[in-house]
Amino acid sequence: MTTTMTTAHGTAQAGQAPVFYMVDEHEHPEGHSTLLGFWIYLMSDCLIFAVLFATYGVLGGNYAAGPSPKDLFDLPLVALNTSMLLLSSITYGFAMLTMEKGRIGPTQGWLAITGLFGLAFLGIELYEFAHLIHEGATPQRSAFLSSFFTLVGTHGLHVTFGIVWLVTLMVQVSKRGLTVANRRRLMCLSMFWHFLDVVWIGVFTFVYLMGMLR
Amino acid sequence: MFDLSVVTKAIFGRLSLESFPIHEPILIVTFIAVLLGGGALVAGLTYFRLWGYLWREWFTTVDHKRIGIMYMILGLIMLLRGFADAIMMRLQQAMAFGGSEGYLNAHHYDQIFTAHGVIMIFFVAMPMVTGLMNYIVPLQIGARDVSFPFLNNFSFWMTAGGAVLVMMSLFVGEFARTGWLAYPPLSGIGYSPDVGVDYYIWALQVAGVGTLLSGVNLVCTIVKMRAPGMTMMKMPVFTWTSLCTNVLIVAAFPVLTAVLVLLSLDRYVGTNFFTNDLGGSPMMYVNLIWIWGHPEVYILILPAFGIFSEVTSTFSGKKLFGYTSMVYATVVITILSYLVWLHHFFTMGSGASVNSFFGITTMIISIPTGAKIFNWLFTMYRGRIRFELPMMWTVAFMLTFVIGGMTGVLLAVPPADFVLHNSLFLIAHFHNVIIGGVLFGLFAGIVYWWPKAFGFRLDPFWGKLSFWFWVIGFYVAFMPLYVLGLMGVTRRLRVFEDPSLQIWFQVAAVGAFLIFLGIAAFLIQIAVSVLRRNELRETSGDPWDGRTLEWATSSPPPDYNFAFTPVIHDNDAWWDMKKRGYLRPQDGFKAIHMPSNTGAGIILAGLSVVLAFALIWYIWWLAAVSFIGLLVVAIGHTFNYSRDFYIPAAEVVRTENERTRLLSGQVKA
Repeated sequence: MTTTMTTAHGTAQAGQAPVFYMVDEHEHPEGHSTLLGFWIYLMSDCLIFAVLFATYGVLGGNYAAGPSPKDLFDLPLVALNTSMLLLSSITYGFAMLTMEKGRIGPTQGWLAITGLFGLAFLGIELYEFAHLIHEGATPQRSAFLSSFFTLVGTHGLHVTFGIVWLVTLMVQVSKRGLTVANRRRLMCLSMFWHFLDVVWIGVFTFVYLMGMLR
Repeated sequence: MFDLSVVTKAIFGRLSLESFPIHEPILIVTFIAVLLGGGALVAGLTYFRLWGYLWREWFTTVDHKRIGIMYMILGLIMLLRGFADAIMMRLQQAMAFGGSEGYLNAHHYDQIFTAHGVIMIFFVAMPMVTGLMNYIVPLQIGARDVSFPFLNNFSFWMTAGGAVLVMMSLFVGEFARTGWLAYPPLSGIGYSPDVGVDYYIWALQVAGVGTLLSGVNLVCTIVKMRAPGMTMMKMPVFTWTSLCTNVLIVAAFPVLTAVLVLLSLDRYVGTNFFTNDLGGSPMMYVNLIWIWGHPEVYILILPAFGIFSEVTSTFSGKKLFGYTSMVYATVVITILSYLVWLHHFFTMGSGASVNSFFGITTMIISIPTGAKIFNWLFTMYRGRIRFELPMMWTVAFMLTFVIGGMTGVLLAVPPADFVLHNSLFLIAHFHNVIIGGVLFGLFAGIVYWWPKAFGFRLDPFWGKLSFWFWVIGFYVAFMPLYVLGLMGVTRRLRVFEDPSLQIWFQVAAVGAFLIFLGIAAFLIQIAVSVLRRNELRETSGDPWDGRTLEWATSSPPPDYNFAFTPVIHDNDAWWDMKKRGYLRPQDGFKAIHMPSNTGAGIILAGLSVVLAFALIWYIWWLAAVSFIGLLVVAIGHTFNYSRDFYIPAAEVVRTENERTRLLSGQVKA
């Protein structure tokens, strides 16, 4: 701050009088608060998940004489699913590392792999849902299943949205390269993607693992 | 076999000719009036060729000042609608005695009290508060605009979109008949199978997106864009209360979004979150909606506290007494607002210990609030007080709000609440704090900052008339409700048995009429001031001898707010500059970097309204089309990388020279 202040002028008697404005246009760099803004958005999204977790916490034991987690959950399948998402986070990390080096090809490659892992995750989740519904464990069956499908489904919708965003960014990177704006966008998606990973760890622990103990 | 009803269902969903309320004469007359008024407006705009101007300069603008003004206009228009609901209720309750059914049937009356609450909170108080924050905060912190100017435009149009949906429900279908928070199971599909609750849900969801994004935007703006030297503890109090309000918005509105999603799932998909069978729990809804709802009332009142702080300090000609304690009180209220939600349903069986906890936290909130009242009083003490209109509103607030606060503490005592809950005493209490606090604050703010926004003052005569009608009208309208509440009259009743109660309702109706005169005088005040704007012209940019940075620039401020970024040394930055011989810079201007206008915000919000309408009426093809449209426009917008431009130095020079001319003209006069 002090260095920029020296370029400023105050009243006629410079040196003595206080400085009241800056003569040099002090430029806010483009997107100077985007990352902070995106963090705040993520925290608000986190609150949506908090409400869904709380709802699951309160209603998750209300089976209404229907199936319980023990009857329904297939832990090896969920473990496979979890590994898909965790691996996608690692590959997104690699994409960011190559982006820092300014290498477009590898960045796009890692992004594509991330997207495929994301699709695999969604595919397994949809398979799980279809299986549950086929067995009669529909979201309408009990409050437990309503809150289960909503919590896990909301996470799945977020991943879907993340993949749409990922594809959009890959097109933009291929069109314009790793410009400042595109790097910032990739950074935001990176935060979003890792955030979904963290939420999933909560889902895996709280819904699936602890559900088996219920 | 060819069945026509299948085809019309596929095309129009639930929408049919019966959806239009042609059997309600009141609605028909309203519709004709709206049609004539709207037609005249459209014709006028077309005749004077204003559509292009409006689109270029207003609808697509990313300037925080213009967006702020549009929020205020939206709030004012919706105030008229919300107040029409209010006066209809007062009239019905004053009439419906001794076997009379009044003039409103139950179907209509229940919609009116629901719409009144929803509109006044979401589409009057929220837009006006957001509008003032939008306009003033960047000026107070010496910034050129907010952090995300496009998002700001989009947020406004989403809020307006929600308002459009509520207004639409008046003429197409119906609104919810559930009360303003739509508790299940009444709001579930079993008891409210028609479109009313769906209008409610989607209006709030569309507007909620706007509110949340504008919250993120203003938090970022205040954290990141303060002028050099303005540390957190040098921010003006209005900026502080805005920061806390927007933190509350970001931390509370997602809860509303989530709980309304769960309610829609119950209604659309048949899940069992809030049903009475298959394990659902309506109490879950009540808890969640109040976890949003209680912070919401602080979202509204904190900016009003900020306005009163600025006004008291300016019109007492003194630094605000106890700035630090004011900031801490605001922050403490922000935190405590999350720890009191259960006091809205003490009677619903949480037990003595839980009720005690929430009763005590509620009472604790009165401590920081009381500290604020004393700070304002000590600011006035030995001040050279000028009783201009903003100061009059502030004094009226202090007297009125203290009464409302005390009845609030009374209701916070669980045993007392068991007697008074759901009664007109509660209604009187929250109108006492919302009208006496939020609304008086908004009026003070409007009169205080009007000259900044438009370059001329508001006419004081009509303003004082409006003030006295409002203040007296408030007491006449709501004090009887306290009495009725103490006598055990419950809220939301349409007809009454006991004739001895009628006089109180008649007095309350007179009060509502006085408030009507207050609103009329306010509108006349604006009209008269616009007509007499040359007499009321204000060229100094600092009509009240102000203390904070917004008064350092011209009225109205140029697009770029400040030609040079100000440097701050004191809480009252502008006062400090005036005291220590600040000379306005007159040369050396440079080109200024600004964001460009864009139509993406209004298009996205328009598509959201179509999507919401399609979902309300089960028009699935339209929902799919508008959803895809939303995605395409949103993604398409991200392919636009050129979003800024430079105001050339020559234009800055011209603008600033004009101001120099105005300022020197004033010296001569």
